[in-house]
Amino acid sequence: MTDLLVRLQPIFHDVFDSTDLRIVRESSASSIEGWDSLTHIHLVSSVEREFGIRFALGELEELKNVGDMLDLIERKKAQ
Amino acid sequence: MYFDAGYLLRKQKSLKRKLVQQPGLLEKRIAILGGSTTEEIANLLELILLHDGIRPIIYQSGYRKYFEDAVVDPSAIIDFRPDIIYLHTSSICIRNFPPIDSLEADFFECIEKEMKHYRAIWDALSNQTDALIIQNNFELPEYQLLGNLDAVSPAGRVRFINTLNLEFAREVLVRSRLMMNDISTISARMGVDGFHDARRYFSYKIITTPEGSLEMARSIGAIVKAIYGSMYKCLVLDLDNTLWGGVIGDDGVGKIRIGRETAEAEAYTAFQEYCLALRQRGILLAVCSKNNELTALEGLNHPDSLLKPSHFSCIKANWEPKDQNIRAIAHQLNLGLDGLVFVDDNPVERSWVSAQLPMVAVPDVGSDVTEYSRILNRARYFEPISLLKEDLHRAESYSANEKRLLAQNSLGNYKEYLLSLEMRAQIKPFYPLYLERITQLINKTNQYNLTTKRYTMAEIEHISNDPNYVTLWGKLLDKFGDNGLTSVVIGRRKSCVLHIETWLMSCRVLKRDFEHAMLDALVASCLRTGIERIYGYYIPTEKNNLVAEHYAKLGFELISGSEQPSLWQLNLAGGYKPRNHTIKEISYD
Repeated sequence: MTDLLVRLQPIFHDVFDSTDLRIVRESSASSIEGWDSLTHIHLVSSVEREFGIRFALGELEELKNVGDMLDLIERKKAQ
Repeated sequence: MYFDAGYLLRKQKSLKRKLVQQPGLLEKRIAILGGSTTEEIANLLELILLHDGIRPIIYQSGYRKYFEDAVVDPSAIIDFRPDIIYLHTSSICIRNFPPIDSLEADFFECIEKEMKHYRAIWDALSNQTDALIIQNNFELPEYQLLGNLDAVSPAGRVRFINTLNLEFAREVLVRSRLMMNDISTISARMGVDGFHDARRYFSYKIITTPEGSLEMARSIGAIVKAIYGSMYKCLVLDLDNTLWGGVIGDDGVGKIRIGRETAEAEAYTAFQEYCLALRQRGILLAVCSKNNELTALEGLNHPDSLLKPSHFSCIKANWEPKDQNIRAIAHQLNLGLDGLVFVDDNPVERSWVSAQLPMVAVPDVGSDVTEYSRILNRARYFEPISLLKEDLHRAESYSANEKRLLAQNSLGNYKEYLLSLEMRAQIKPFYPLYLERITQLINKTNQYNLTTKRYTMAEIEHISNDPNYVTLWGKLLDKFGDNGLTSVVIGRRKSCVLHIETWLMSCRVLKRDFEHAMLDALVASCLRTGIERIYGYYIPTEKNNLVAEHYAKLGFELISGSEQPSLWQLNLAGGYKPRNHTIKEISYD
């Protein structure tokens, strides 16, 4: 689990262009500056490419924070 | 550097942060009118243009408001004053697909209805702005409802899109400010399935994969760069394992692989055909090879080598480091280093050259000859905005330049040399036939350019009809050939003073005293219209140091040199002595 978070961290650094950014399970669009709709697209596509997964329509709408995203990645990887 | 989509998805913020800090960016206003979400394409286009020295100020229409913004309420576009308008439409925007029971007549009626929609947009935009308009054509549909018959039947969507694309091409041919962004070919090259992304469409209303958006942005970027003159002009080629298989110095001319006899020989011949076709299109070719010159020439004179020594505007075959030879090639052809593309199968040479000369394009062509042309094509180095006759003759004219250089070396006295060229010139005010060529020359000339002021075709049209402007274009001919339209001067009159807004010349005719003849013509037209004084301006840029002394050499006096730009004056009240003594015949008006 923490392993996935470690792989997710540099993606956030890149996409938000901020090496100071420390993500935790509770991080969300409202707590991270610059998380707008286009950044969201970049983030989702980069995560898909990094983990070799593809989110289905609707799956992303249920995510409330980074923790939810980590759980979803783990589920998708297990499939 | 060649960006890929995965890299750009992650790195675009930091990349943009770095790119906007470059000095000397050329600002251009680009309006994007969208038939689907435009943010992604706008961002990618911005990065691509920044990378090539253009900083776009971008306006985006509301979501799917391309028609409304152009036709219904164009005030926002008019106020934005765009240099370029890009219509980001695609098959998703087609409103008049023929119904399934259509007959031939219905089909063409639907085509006409659809065309009316776009003609209204193009008319509105060209009437109300001075911008150039870049229009997408259409990609093929996601499914073939009628199978193969979809390309045949009057109800077929494939046939409908193919027909629309032909109609669009016809419109681009007759509308001087309309240009095509050919997404039909882009999507075909990627595969329509690799271009479309239904999931992204339903989630974000972006029709394409990130790769699809990037290829579109790259294509629009190439058009914009071509408009503002920063296109590549010369292909510099290695020889061994680039133009033929094998190492001629080791294997001997009899053993190099070229011709039709083996698969490998055929592949090298195919790449030579591609290079030759580029040359026929006006792209210069040069050789940069580590070989003895005689050995290199022996290879090029091989009966199976399609490329002969005469096809190259410059041949450097020696053992000097390649960056030095490439510098020498640029110098000899009067091109900036940023006009060169270097192709070499050897990764060591490639990385050496791109480290020493970062302005030279050095694509990673690998070492597989079957890939070279595809990689060069994909990078869109040689995008023309329109194929003018003059471009087609450019390569020949540069070869003539080589002969002139040789003549120059064999003559001691420079004036004697100039006289021996038997130069003739035509110097005339702007007129309609040449406006496109004039605009092109203005926007691609960086070195011999006093103010580096750029104009759109529409502005040049206005200027040519405005009595407050004095305009001149000049063409120089000599015993080796026609150098084409190579100089432009634009002056704006204020009472009895003329302010020179633009004075430029192609480096092809550098040191031919052509500027003397241009000044004589300018003064003649000033005197005819009662102008008593001429002011010239020099605005220094990174590229135009060449003309720092232009006005001094022409006998202008310096009024203020400490400030930027420097101001120069020529007073005609005390009489004027013609400056030109070397060009024999000049025809005016």
